Amino acid sequence: MTLSVRIIPCLDVTDGRVVKGVNFTDLVDAGDPVEMAALYNTEGADELTFLDISASVAGRETTLDVVRRTAEQVFIPLTVGGGIRSVEDVDRLLRAGADKVSINTSALARPQLIAEIADRFGSQVLVLSVDARRARTDSGFEVTTHGGRQSAGVDALAWVEQACALGVGEILLNSMDADGTRAGYDIGMITAVRAVSKVPLIASGGAGSLEDFSAALDAGADALLAASVFHFGVHRIGDVKSYLGKHNYPVRAVAVR
Amino acid sequence: MIAILDYGSGNLRSAERAFATAGKEVVVTSDRTVAVEAEGLVVPGVGAFAACMNGLNGVDGAAIVRERLAKERPTLGICIGMQIMFSHGTEHSDTAPHPGVGVWDGTVSQLAAPILPHMGWNTVEVDSDSTLFKGIEAESFYFVHSYAAKSAVGKMQAWSTHGERFLAAVEDGYMSATQFHPEKSGAAGLALIKNWVGSL
Repeated sequence: MTLSVRIIPCLDVTDGRVVKGVNFTDLVDAGDPVEMAALYNTEGADELTFLDISASVAGRETTLDVVRRTAEQVFIPLTVGGGIRSVEDVDRLLRAGADKVSINTSALARPQLIAEIADRFGSQVLVLSVDARRARTDSGFEVTTHGGRQSAGVDALAWVEQACALGVGEILLNSMDADGTRAGYDIGMITAVRAVSKVPLIASGGAGSLEDFSAALDAGADALLAASVFHFGVHRIGDVKSYLGKHNYPVRAVAVR
Repeated sequence: MIAILDYGSGNLRSAERAFATAGKEVVVTSDRTVAVEAEGLVVPGVGAFAACMNGLNGVDGAAIVRERLAKERPTLGICIGMQIMFSHGTEHSDTAPHPGVGVWDGTVSQLAAPILPHMGWNTVEVDSDSTLFKGIEAESFYFVHSYAAKSAVGKMQAWSTHGERFLAAVEDGYMSATQFHPEKSGAAGLALIKNWVGSL
């Protein structure tokens, strides 16, 4: 009876389409998020994350429809992030079929939003997404905004501690230094955040080799999120799970089809 | 027909769709008569114990469950919908525990684990005569919770471990419950739902 580590593919969605480069050969339409969600589910994803990067109200409405259609077909947990600013936004997403929401900028602007969402729906629905990088702050890590280009002026560890006290149920830690490099997760950052938090920790940013995944687990991550290595077929989810299983990390077996 | 009890407990769409895969008509309802008369009733639940009980009381849910059990009609509690079937829960209670429906005597209390919530896929240790787990005894199921019941109740128990051993599922005549979310547990979860629906 051991809790498995979770492998979570992340899909960036705008106006109802998956963007940021996906490269699948076995899909009719590689840009359809519902179809991709179903494929990742079949391949053994333990959860799915949609990041809504739509800039418009219409785009966000479309995302609700994507969430709805996905939840009707794919029976594993679905997290949706991007553009969530209020309890009402969370309510709409949960009603559409999301199981969890992730918040980032809006919580930095108004930390009390964390408590409002947790009080209404429970901590278990709330993932705090932290875009952090190495910097000369107290802990050596700072929170960034605008995709890592700007400093939020907040120490990353202090922010994680504050957010945990306000009621987040999980932390998604994105290394903005490692993001997209495929040079490995930021192990020092994972270790540091693990040390100050008692909620599940999802590592994100930098996944490249199979060894990168196990290194993040060794540093204290409970779950591993990746985008490009899965979208481009560098690794399939089953490869990552086989590797981890071989090295005695607890993984959920991929169902035989 | 299967009824999913709607008492303001978040997203029921996934549950509705997941139970529909077992081949029966599924309705989401807060209507007492529909809930009492349905072939099977599902009591879902997310959030905190006391808030969940408040919602349940708002639709006379405890009475619905008791009436169904008295009439020997199957009922399935999921996650907090399992927890509130116990007599007490200590979540967010500084003094006396919150009262639950009380189908089972016992207290639902916080798991002694370094990382909470217990979030993710875990396996279960299950009695061989289980109806719910038939054919899926070795599978993993998706859990999201920080509290659990830790003493045996009912005729059949499934156990899991996170920091300590806790009740992952119970089968007790017409009342069954899972601490995990079968509607979020992929193919294994759908198989469990099919097993329950098949037993109705």
